[in-house]
Parts: sequence; C-alpha cells; structure tokens
Amino acid sequence: MPEQTLAPASPRTARRSGALPTARAHRCYWAVLTTLAVLSVLIVFGNLAWDNPMPFGSTGFWRIAELRATNVVIVVLVAFCQALATVAFQTVTNNRIITPSIMGFESLYRVIQTGAVFFLGIAGATLVQGVWQFVTQVVLMVCFAAVLYGRLLSGKYGNLQLMLLIGIVLGGGLGALATFMQRMLTPTEFDVLTARLIGSIANADASYLALSLPIAAVAGGMLWAGGRRLNVLALGREAALNLGVNHRRETIVVLLLVSVLMAVSTSLIGPMTFFGFLVAMLAYQLADTHDHRYVFPVAWLTGVVVLGGAYFVLKNVFYAAGSVGVIIEIVGGTFFLVHILRKGRL
Amino acid sequence: MITLTQVAKRYTSDVAIGPVDLTIPAGGLTALVGPNGAGKSTLLTMIGRLLGIDSGSIEIAGYDIAGTNSKDLAKIVSILRQENHFVTRLTVRQLVGFGRFPHSQGRLTPHDEEVVSRSIDFLGLRELEGRYLDELSGGQRQRAYVAMVLAQDTDYLLLDEPLNNLDMQHSVQMMQHLRRAATELGRTIVIVLHDINFAGHYADRICAVKNGTVRHFGSPDEIMRDDILTDIFDTPVEVVEGPRGRIAVYY
Repeated sequence: MPEQTLAPASPRTARRSGALPTARAHRCYWAVLTTLAVLSVLIVFGNLAWDNPMPFGSTGFWRIAELRATNVVIVVLVAFCQALATVAFQTVTNNRIITPSIMGFESLYRVIQTGAVFFLGIAGATLVQGVWQFVTQVVLMVCFAAVLYGRLLSGKYGNLQLMLLIGIVLGGGLGALATFMQRMLTPTEFDVLTARLIGSIANADASYLALSLPIAAVAGGMLWAGGRRLNVLALGREAALNLGVNHRRETIVVLLLVSVLMAVSTSLIGPMTFFGFLVAMLAYQLADTHDHRYVFPVAWLTGVVVLGGAYFVLKNVFYAAGSVGVIIEIVGGTFFLVHILRKGRL
Repeated sequence: MITLTQVAKRYTSDVAIGPVDLTIPAGGLTALVGPNGAGKSTLLTMIGRLLGIDSGSIEIAGYDIAGTNSKDLAKIVSILRQENHFVTRLTVRQLVGFGRFPHSQGRLTPHDEEVVSRSIDFLGLRELEGRYLDELSGGQRQRAYVAMVLAQDTDYLLLDEPLNNLDMQHSVQMMQHLRRAATELGRTIVIVLHDINFAGHYADRICAVKNGTVRHFGSPDEIMRDDILTDIFDTPVEVVEGPRGRIAVYY
C-alpha cells in the first residue's frame, strides 16, 4: 500500500479498533461492570448476613454465615457456568435466541433422575446423589454432547442447523420418555421427584463443590482465553475460515466446553431453561460490545445478580428458598416474550 | 499465480465441476463470468479453500491449498463471499480490524491499526468508521467487508459477486476501487461478475465458465466478441463499439 501521511496518533485522537472504540464506550462499560460488581457483592453479603440473629462481627455471626456460604458459592458457580456457556453457545450457533438447555442436556438429566425413581422407587432418588453419581452424571452428559456434536459436525454433510434440530428432537424425545415414566409413579414418588427437577439451590450438595469448582474453572477459563477466536467465529463460518481459523475444530471444542459447563450446572441444581438466555441477552445489552472477553464478565456478574437476587427474595420474602428455578423461569420467560415482541429480532 | 490442475468436484452423476485446468497469472484483475449455475462461485470458493475438492490440486503462489496451514494461507489469499452474517454491535472499524487477525491473532499492534486506517480511507469509509454495521446501507456494508479483506494484506484477493445489490453508482465506484487496488497496490484480484460489460471494461482477463468447465480465457478484446459471448450465455449477443470500449448488447 502506498504510504500516506497519517496525523501523529495522540492517545485522544488515535483511530482505534478495540472492543471499546470511544472514550464514552469505555466509560459506559466500566461503569456497568463496577455497578454489577457492587450489586453482586451486596447480594452475596446480603445472603450471608440478612436475618442473621447474631450481632455482626461476632464469632456466632460468622459461624452462621459459613453455613450459608455453600449456597452463595453455588449461586456464583451456576451463574458462571450458565452465563459463559450460553454466550459461547449462541456465538458458535450464530443465533441469539437459543440456549444450550434445549440441546437435550436437561432432558437427559430429567431421564436419569426419573429413571432412578421409576426403577428403584424413592430409594432411587437418594441413589443418584453422591460424589460418584455426580461425576457419572456429568460424564454421561458430556459424552452425549460429544457424540452428537462430533458425529454431526465431522461428517461429510456436517451442518450446524441439522445438529441443532437433531439435538432439539432428541431433547424432546428424552423429555417425553421422562414424562411417560413420571405418569406411572405413585404420588409420593412423584412428589419427591418434582422437588429435584425444579432448579433449586437448596438441593445442591456441598460435597460436589470440590469437584465442580475446578472443572467449571478450567472449562470457563478455556472459553475466556479463546475469546478472540470466539469473536472471529461470530462472523460466520466463511469469514472465520478466510481469517485462518479452523472453524469446525473450534466449534466442536467450544461446544464441548459448553456441555461441560452445562453438565456441571444441571447436575448441581437441576434444569434452568431460561436463566442462561436471560443472562446472555441482558449481558449483550449492558456490555454493548461484540468482544467476548468483555461480554463474559458482564454476563457472569449479571447472572450472580439475577440468581442471587431471586434466591434472596425467595428466601427472605416468600420463605421458599428451594424453588429459585420457578421465579427465574417466570421472569426469564416473560422477558423472552417481551424482548422478542418488542424488537422482532435479537 | 493461481494454478488449478485437474480440479473436480462431483455432486451427482450429471452435476459436476471440472476437471478444470486453469492458470491465472499474478497481478491484475481477472473476472469470472458465465451463466447461472455454471460454477463460477464454486470455483472461486474452492480456490479460497472454503469448499473442499474431490480431486486435483490448487496452488496459490506456489502453496498447495490442501497442504498449507489455513493460518498461513490467510496471509496469502483472502476471500469474500456474497452473503455475510453480520454481528450487530460491530463497528465498521472493528470489522476491518478483523482483517488483521491472521497477522496478530486479535492483538492489534500500532502497525495493524495503521493498515486498518489505510484500507478504510482507501474505500472512502473514514466518515463511517464509527458506525455500527446495522446502521449502514447494503452498499456501504459491502464496502466495509471489502475493506476488511483489503486490510488482510494478502497478495491474492477473491471476491464473489461484490456488485450484488449495488446500484449503478456504487457498482461503478466498487469497480474503480478494485481497479485501483490491482494497479496501485499490486494485488491479484479474482472476481465473479454477472454483468459482462463490467468485466469487459474493468478486467485485465476474462475467464468464461460454462457447465463446470472453463470455456474461454483471455483478454477482454479476445472475449468480447459476438460468437464467444453468444456461446457462453446461450443468448444472442451483439458486441458494438461504444464511446468507452466494446459493449455487449443482449436485450
């Protein structure tokens, strides 16, 4: 290219192509991130300290806070898994109204839980709890995803839309199977099962955390580190190939990481169909950038605020700490409809 | 130089591309023309390694595209397709910045920013560089994508119908930009064109494709003839001398 005289770039007037091109975008982003961080800290602290009968700072206070800490850690972990998984999943599928939940993970979880109760009775519900069972469940879900993605994306007719369709059909089939088994349960068994199938923070077992924390951190960390490549994948298959990114390999890797995160989250607290979608959509509105390295933290913190907030409200206002999934589904579902109707697109 | 040796792609027993043997010399602007379904775009996407080939080999500047790392190839050849999925919250400048990905893996250096600025200015997008892609007209967006592949700084540039959806004024401007990129920047540009008159006026070489094979290859003077064009397009074409060169009249 012929050299042209460019005005010496001073930091203020320099033309930049970064994720936050203008000073204003910069300010807005960091203001949003700080606000979310402050809110998250408040909510975490609120969950620990609200309604704590002991005076603040005393030994008793911290003892009670410690008991509640598990639930707060779970909120933060689930928000991390769901937020990153959904944002990454929407990117590789080039679709902003999709959530990884529909790919059959949650139906698989339902079938496993229902199957245990169906074949083994109420005793079965306790049999699918425990660290090894947790690991088995996660491994099963990831294998399910690996087979689905690997086969469908590597074949001669490898096609993302087809893979999504088959995933949804499989999810529907598994869901129907679970419903069929539920029909034949006794009311008591059904009651026990229902309690486990609605996303619930109180259900989660602290002993799973030692495993799920590092797994989620590694999978999420890998997604985060590959943020620049995700940005390119968002441009679509052909543009990504043109820029020298191995589209098929990257897509499969991202989908596997997503399935690990989803499996961890679902095995911990059960299905939460709209949570990831709600968080991803809010995060894109709030962060106002395409760059995943900036969207991820906003999505995570939004997740903590939404999930932690819902948990706080349910526990301290409605005294129904268990069924946080219900409120998320209602709020998330409504949000989804309003958003679609208002914008017509995402 | 782009060399295709016995390149073939088979879809069904009677729909196939090739075998094609073709040598496109380095430098200048080469237009691929032909009727619908002749295989122009398929040929271009195969050269740009977006579509695999069943047999034969393709070499660009001495690199075999099947054997060369896609990452390294991205510094030699860039390809732009007609439909592009666009990300809504992406500014023109950010899009053009992606063109530097093969060189810097997303970490833009001051040199990258300079190249990005130059490609934006080259296509006259300076005023628009802060706009989001969904705030642009189709023609402006098309130019932004061309600026992106230009910023990729490859010697070879493959464009699939860049004039699609452009009106008269913008088509002419786009061809002038590409003509300048070939002449001033020394790029080798291969472009799929629908309008034979654009090819006749702006291209250095015309490659006529029909039924999956290369039917004619030569300078515009050699191709812009009644008998050849009639043969390619299966419709009576009359070539007349216009005020600025030959014009094909077919209506």
